[in-house]
Amino acid sequence: MKKQSKVSGLQKRKAIAGYLFILPFILGFLTFMVKPLIQSLYMSFCQVDVSAGGFTMKFNGLANYIRAFRVDPDFVRLLTEEISRMFYNSLAIMVFSFFVALILNQKFKGRALVRAVFFLPVILSSGVIIGVETDNALLSSVQAAIENNNNGASITDAIQSILTVSGVGTRAFEKVFEIVDGIYDVAIASGIQIIIFLSGLQTISSNMYEAAKIEGCTAWESLWKITFPMISSLLLVNWIYTIIDFCMRTDNEVMKKIQEQMIVQINYGFASAMSWVYFIIVIAIIGVTSLIISKGVYYYD
Amino acid sequence: MTNTGTEITKMGFWERNKKSNGSLLKKKIKAFSFSLARAILLFGMCFMILQPILNKISISFMAEEDLYNPMIITVPEHFTTANYELAAQFMNYWKTLGNTVVISLTIALLQIAVCTVVGYGFARFEFPLKKFWFACVILMIIIPPQTISTSLHLHFRYFDIFGIIEAVKGKSLNLRGSVLPYYLMSVGCMGLKNGLYIFMIRQFFRTIPKELEEAAYVDGCGTFRTFLKIMLPDAKPILTSCFLFSFVWQWTDSFYTNMFLGNISLLSMELGRIADKLGQYLTKILGVGGASVGYTNCLIATGTLMVIAPLLLIYLFAQKGFVESISSSGIKM
Repeated sequence: MKKQSKVSGLQKRKAIAGYLFILPFILGFLTFMVKPLIQSLYMSFCQVDVSAGGFTMKFNGLANYIRAFRVDPDFVRLLTEEISRMFYNSLAIMVFSFFVALILNQKFKGRALVRAVFFLPVILSSGVIIGVETDNALLSSVQAAIENNNNGASITDAIQSILTVSGVGTRAFEKVFEIVDGIYDVAIASGIQIIIFLSGLQTISSNMYEAAKIEGCTAWESLWKITFPMISSLLLVNWIYTIIDFCMRTDNEVMKKIQEQMIVQINYGFASAMSWVYFIIVIAIIGVTSLIISKGVYYYD
Repeated sequence: MTNTGTEITKMGFWERNKKSNGSLLKKKIKAFSFSLARAILLFGMCFMILQPILNKISISFMAEEDLYNPMIITVPEHFTTANYELAAQFMNYWKTLGNTVVISLTIALLQIAVCTVVGYGFARFEFPLKKFWFACVILMIIIPPQTISTSLHLHFRYFDIFGIIEAVKGKSLNLRGSVLPYYLMSVGCMGLKNGLYIFMIRQFFRTIPKELEEAAYVDGCGTFRTFLKIMLPDAKPILTSCFLFSFVWQWTDSFYTNMFLGNISLLSMELGRIADKLGQYLTKILGVGGASVGYTNCLIATGTLMVIAPLLLIYLFAQKGFVESISSSGIKM
C-alpha cells in the first residue's frame, strides 16, 4: 500500500513539474490568445465606436456578417479568389518542393551551394521584404516593357497558344500557366517544405532501394512504391504548413482588406467579422484536407 | 581474379564498350545527359531565386539617369554610391541597425528560452490535460495573428491586470508604443511563430532516450537540474536553429513591429518610410514635390539591400545551423 502511494506521489510530483514547465504557455495563451479571441468574436457581433476616452461596444447581432457577405462589394470576391489561389498554389508548392527535394537528395558537385540558395528565400521572403517586393513598380514596368518588345515570344506564351488552340481543357491549362508564370512565388514559398521533404528522404534506408533493384524494379517504380509512401506522413505536415503559411502572408488580399478596415477606417467590428469568417474557412479547409490526406498516409513503424 | 581485374582497368574505354555491345557507352551518355539536364535545371532555378537580389544590387549603384536609359540593363554607366548614402541618411541607418539588433536579439533570446522550457514540459512529462494544451499550441500556430490583432490593440491601449492598476492609479495604462507588450507576449510564448518553435523543440526532446533522464534522477538530480545539465546541452543544435529563425523573422517582421513597436525606429519600419522621406527631401532641396517612380524604387531597392545585408552575412556563416537541425529534429505527425 505504502509503495503504491509513493508511486502516485511521484506521478503527482511529475505532473506538477510538467505544469510548471508549461506554465508560461498557459498564462500567455489565456491572456494574449483566449481573451482577445473571445473579445474579437464578441466584437464581430457589435458596433464598436472608438473615441478619445475609450471604446464602446453596442450589440447589433449579425449586421457585420451580413455586411461582409451582402453589402461589401469586394469581400466575397476576394475570399473566393484567395482560397482558390491558395489551393492551386499549395498544390504547386507541394509538387515543386517534392521534386526539388528529390534532386537535392542526389549526389553532385556543389550540392551544398544549391541547397543554400534554395533555402535563402525562407530568410529573405518574410515580412516586410515581400511587401516591398510586391509593389516594386519599377521592376514590373520593366517586365511589361520587355514583354511588349518581345511581342509574346516567350516560351510559355508559345506553348500556351499551341495548347489552347488544340482545345483540350482550356480552363485547366489556364491554371497551369498561371502557376508556371508564378514559378518564382512558388520557389520562394517552398524553402521549409524542401527541407522537411529532404529530411524525410534521408531517413529512408538504402537497403530498400537495393532490394527493389535486385527484384527488377525501375527507378520510376521505386519512386512511387518506396519513396512516396515512406514520406507520405511528411506530405501531411507540409500541406498544413503550406496552407497556414499562405494564409498569413502579408500580401494576401483578404488580410490587406481586413488591415485596411482596421487601421485606416477604424471599423473594428466589421474587421473582426471578416477575419473570423476567413479564419473559420481556413480551419475547415485544413481539417477536411488533412483528414483526406491522413487516410492515405502510410506509417512504416 | 585480380589479374582479370587489372586487365579490365587497363583496357581502353572503347574496347570495353565493344565487349559490352555498346551498352557501356549508352550508360555513360545517359548518365552524362541526366546530370547535364539536372545542372541546367538547378542553375536556372538558382538564378531565378537570386535574380531579384542581383537586380537590386545592380540598380542600387545606378545614378538616376541610368534608370531611364533603355540601353542600360545591368551594368551602370554612372557608377555611384550616392543611393547608399541617401538611404542610410533616410533610415538613420546605424542607429536603426543598433536598435534592430538589440530588439531582435533580446526578443529572440527570450522567446527561445521560454519555448525551450515549454517544449521540454510537453515532451518529457505526463500530466492531465496534456493533449488539450498541446492542441492549444497547434491552434496557436493555425490562428492568424490578424484575427486577434484588433482586440490585442485595445487590450494594450487600455492595459490592466484584473483592474488592479485602475484601482491604484485611477486609470488604465496605455502601453501602446512601448516595447513592454511585446516582451510580455514573448514571455507568454505568443510572439511571432512561437508555436512552431515549441513544436520543433518538443519533437527534438522526444527523441532523447528516457534512460538518460532516469539515470539522472537515480543519481539524485532534481527535475530542473536534469533539464539544465543533462537535456539542454544535447539540444544545442535545435536551439541554435530556432534562435536563428526567431532572430531573422523578427528582423524582417512588419506585422508585430507595426502593432507594438511603432515608436522605436526599426529597419523593417524605416524601409517602408523611405519613399515618403525621399519625397520630403526633394521638396526641401529642390522645391518640387515628389520623386520619380524609378528613383523611388531604386532607393527602396538600396534600402532593402541594406536591411538584408546583415541577414545574408549571418546566413553565410550559420547556413548549417538553419538547415541541418530541421532535418535532424525529424518533424513528423
